[in-house]
Amino acid sequence: MKISFPHMGYSYIAFKWLVENMGHECIVPPEPSSRTLDLGVRYAPEFACIPFKILLGTYLEVVEMGAEVIISSGGMGPCRAGYYWVMHKYLLEEAGKDVKVVAFELPRSDIMDFWKKLRWLRKTGGISVKEFIRVFKTAWNKIMVIDDVEMRSHEIRPYEIHRGDTTRGLWTALDMIDKANTLQEIQEARVEGLRQLNQIEQDRSRKPLKIGIIGEIYVVLEPAANHYIQIMLGEMGVQTDRSIYLTSYARKNTIVNLEGDVFEVAKPYLNEAPIGGHGVNSIGETILYAKHGFDGVVQLAPFACIPEIVAKSIIPTVSKDYSIPVLTLFIDEQTGKAGVQTRLEAFVDLLESRREVRERHERLVI
Amino acid sequence: MAKIGIPRTLAYFLYYPLWKTFFEDLNHEIVISPPTTRAILDAGVKEAVNDACIPIKLYHGHVAYLADKADYIFCPRLVSVRKHGDFGTETFCPKFLGLPDMIRFGIDHLPEIIDTRVDLKKGKKELFNVFCEIGSQIGNTHEEIKRAFSKALKVQKQFDNLLYQEILPPEAMDIVFNHKPAQVSHDNCDLTIAIIGYPYVLYDSYINAGLIRLLEKENVKILTQDMLSDKTMNRQAKTLPKSLFWYFSNRAVYGGLHFMARPDVDGIIHVTAFACGPDSLVDRMVEIEARRRRGMPYLSIAVDEHTGEAGVRTRIEAFLDMLRYRRDKI
Repeated sequence: MKISFPHMGYSYIAFKWLVENMGHECIVPPEPSSRTLDLGVRYAPEFACIPFKILLGTYLEVVEMGAEVIISSGGMGPCRAGYYWVMHKYLLEEAGKDVKVVAFELPRSDIMDFWKKLRWLRKTGGISVKEFIRVFKTAWNKIMVIDDVEMRSHEIRPYEIHRGDTTRGLWTALDMIDKANTLQEIQEARVEGLRQLNQIEQDRSRKPLKIGIIGEIYVVLEPAANHYIQIMLGEMGVQTDRSIYLTSYARKNTIVNLEGDVFEVAKPYLNEAPIGGHGVNSIGETILYAKHGFDGVVQLAPFACIPEIVAKSIIPTVSKDYSIPVLTLFIDEQTGKAGVQTRLEAFVDLLESRREVRERHERLVI
Repeated sequence: MAKIGIPRTLAYFLYYPLWKTFFEDLNHEIVISPPTTRAILDAGVKEAVNDACIPIKLYHGHVAYLADKADYIFCPRLVSVRKHGDFGTETFCPKFLGLPDMIRFGIDHLPEIIDTRVDLKKGKKELFNVFCEIGSQIGNTHEEIKRAFSKALKVQKQFDNLLYQEILPPEAMDIVFNHKPAQVSHDNCDLTIAIIGYPYVLYDSYINAGLIRLLEKENVKILTQDMLSDKTMNRQAKTLPKSLFWYFSNRAVYGGLHFMARPDVDGIIHVTAFACGPDSLVDRMVEIEARRRRGMPYLSIAVDEHTGEAGVRTRIEAFLDMLRYRRDKI
C-alpha cells in the first residue's frame, strides 16, 4: 500500500523509514508550503485551526502523489485535534478523493482498536511480529536521535560565527540519520552528527538571551507553520528551549504519564486539568521557564485555538507574578514571516534592555 | 444573607431554574444581570482576551456588570454533566473549563467567585455534593441545603418538562416563575424550522439580532434541540463515526440529525458564534450530513458583535422564501 502521514517537523525521516520497513510504499509528505495552505484553506471550514488546514492541505497533496492510506492520530478531547480525522475524512470524501484515513486513538482509551490497526498494518505489509517489533524500536530510536540533534542545534546556533552553519550542520546530521538502518548505525549517526555540530566555529564569549517556546504542539513542532521561529531567534543570537518534542510528548502521554507535574505547577492559576491540547502546560511551563532563569517566553498558538486562548487570558497574571515577559503569537493563514520577525526583534530588544537594567542594578548593589 | 450575582448568559438558559430556586430557598438574594445590551457587550469586549469567542466576551461583560452589585459571582466550573462519548470523556468546551480562572485574572475588583467544580461523570448523585459545596461556601447548613436542593430539582424538572412540550426556554421560565399560562399556538404556522446551536446564542435575542422573534413573526413553528429528551438525542450518537467531545456541541449535532429524520421539519438553521472553536467542526459536519441524509435545506448564520437585524432578516427571509417555493413545487 502507498501510505502517507502528516508532516511534523523532522519526524518524517523516522516515519518514512518505519513505513518502508513495514513493507509498504511511503509517500513522503512534502514540507507544508503556501500551496499546502491554499489547498487546506479552500476545503476546510473557515474557523478551523491552522493545523487542521495544513494537514488537510498535506493530505490533498499526498493524494495527488498517489497515497492510498493516510495514517493519523486520534484523541479523547477536549481539544479539536482529536476530531481532526473524522472531519478530514468527511472533507476528503466531499472533495471526491479516494483515500483511506486510519487514525490511531490513544492506546489507553481504546487498546483493542489500537492493536487491531497495528495488526492490519503488519499483515498488509507482510512482515512477522518479531520483525515488526524490531522495526518499531528502530524507528523510535530514530525519532529520539532526531530530537537529540535538533536540541543541540538550538543550543549552538546563537554562538555560530557564520550564519547558517548550524542549520547546514543539522541537515548533514539528519541526512546521516536518514541513511542509518540499524540501531548501531543510528547511534553512529548520532555521535557523528553531534560531533559535527559541536565543531561549528563558535564565539563562546557571547551571552545569548534565553527564550522558552511554549504553546500548541503542531505550530511548535512544525517549523514551516511557525515561520522557522527557532532558527530565526537563533540567528538573532537567542538560545531557545522548546517545551515540546515528539519524544517527550510520546513519553508523557502514552507510556509514562509525567505531565502531572506541570499541571501541579499551573494549579494556582488554572485549577482544572487537562483542558485540552497544551493549554494548562503553557501556564505551567511559563512558570517553570521563569524559575529556571529564562529571559522570556514565546507562546505559539493557532488562531482560535481554544485551550491556548484560555491560557493566554491567564498568562498576563503569571507573567506579572513571576516577572517574565511573554509574547503570544497567534498564527493563521494570513500570518507572514516579516510580521513574525518584526515582533520577535522588538521582543528581543526589550529583553536585552531589561537584562541590561537588571545587570546595572546588580553591579550597583555589589 | 448574601447577594449572589448570576450572569444571564451561557448555562443560564438551561439551568437557571435550578440555581434560582436553590439560592432563594436558602434566603439568599439573587442579583441577575439584565438581558444583553450594547453596553454589556462592549464591556465584555474590553475585559476579555481579544481572541476569545463572542459568548465568552459576553460572559465577561455580564460579570463586569455584576462586579460591584453582588457579594458572590456564581460561576461554577462546568466540566461535565454525564459520561458520554466514545471514551466517556465528554466535557464542556475548554473555555468553560477555564472560565472561573479567566474571569478571576481578567476582571479587576471582583467579589468572591463560587467556582465549584461540576463533574457528574460518576453519576447524577454527584450533583448533591456539588450543591453541598456551594451551600457551605455561602454559609448554609447541611439540612438547609438538602431541603433547598430537592426543591430546586423539582422546579428544574418542571422546567425541563415544559421544554419537552416544545416551549422555548425563555417562555418556560416565565411559566415556572411568573405562573403565566402556557400559550403556544401553532395554528397559523405553515413552516416548521429546527434551530440548532448553543442555548446562549439561540436564546440571547440581542446577540442573534432577534432571530426567534423574526421567525415567529413569519409564522414559523420553531423547534430546538433543547426540546428533545436525552434519550431521543443519544440515539443519533451511533450514526456518527465518533462523538464530539463537547456537551453542547453534541446536543446541537444530535438535535440536527434527529430533525433531519423528521418529516414535519422543513429546514434547519444552525446559529453559530464568531470564532467558536467547536462550531467550526459542527457546522460543516451538520451541513454535509443534512445533504447526505435527506437533502434537508440548511442555513448557517454566524453572529458576532456587529451582527445587525437587517442582515439576519434578509437571510432568513430568503431562506423561508426558498422553503415555501420548494414546498409548493412538490
